[in-house]
Amino acid sequence: MSRVNDVGGQTGFGALEIEADEPPFHADWEARVFALNSVLVRNGVYRLDEFRDAVERMDPQEYLATSYYERWLKAIETLLAERKVLADG
Amino acid sequence: MSGEHTSAPVAARVRRLEERLIEAGVVGEEQLDAALAAMLKGASPVNGARIVARAWVDEGFRARLLDDANAALPEVGLSMAGGIQEQRLKVVENTETAHHVIVCTLCSCYPIGLLGPSPSWYKSEAYRSRVVREPRAVLAEFGLELPADTAVTVWDSSAESRYLVLPRRPDGTAGMSEPELAALVTREGLIGTAAV
Repeated sequence: MSRVNDVGGQTGFGALEIEADEPPFHADWEARVFALNSVLVRNGVYRLDEFRDAVERMDPQEYLATSYYERWLKAIETLLAERKVLADG
Repeated sequence: MSGEHTSAPVAARVRRLEERLIEAGVVGEEQLDAALAAMLKGASPVNGARIVARAWVDEGFRARLLDDANAALPEVGLSMAGGIQEQRLKVVENTETAHHVIVCTLCSCYPIGLLGPSPSWYKSEAYRSRVVREPRAVLAEFGLELPADTAVTVWDSSAESRYLVLPRRPDGTAGMSEPELAALVTREGLIGTAAV
């Protein structure tokens, strides 16, 4: 089964965008999503492979239209909803 | 590191999610703050540069690093256990006739515990799709032109395996100290998209 993330060898994505002296994160929320994910894995809410799977089974069009750390946020939300970790609302 | 105006709604979404998880007792606020601080502290390729500098000056370490990187890293006070889960690390050495470059075609696997978060281009569809098909063209976009007879090997990372490039020691550095050598090493050099 091939998912949208399996892009190795595909053509058409164009030239690289290389940012000189790029910072580790471009916004505070990106770092917070990164930290939140590590804590949720550490606390046993889900496993790292389940997180990867949640990113990779995103709707293909949404996947390609979404920034990297927004994909992470979406995957976290998906896993929390599926596991009913939070009450609705 | 202030949020851009366009990312304000997503920043609010993250904040609200954190608040709900803290209220529900799923995560602790101090736990989140500690994870954030630890991660930002390690968010730099200096550790990777230290590994390279040691390998340049210590032939025994270089051999052990290439043979079993996970076992050799504690010699420089590092380990692959700093991330969420420990992965196997393979160090690949550039030579006069061989050049290595790393990628994760499926997502963004990268030795985060050693190098900090990867640059955006590393996670981009453009890099992931193209470097396995036309590595020389991709390297040229970084300004790295390799001789035609240099063999290029592309290493595709996975959930369990990470890679790190050991660049060639530049000429004219014989008199340099280990810290001075480490200062020459860039993140791109450790990925293989730059010579050093």
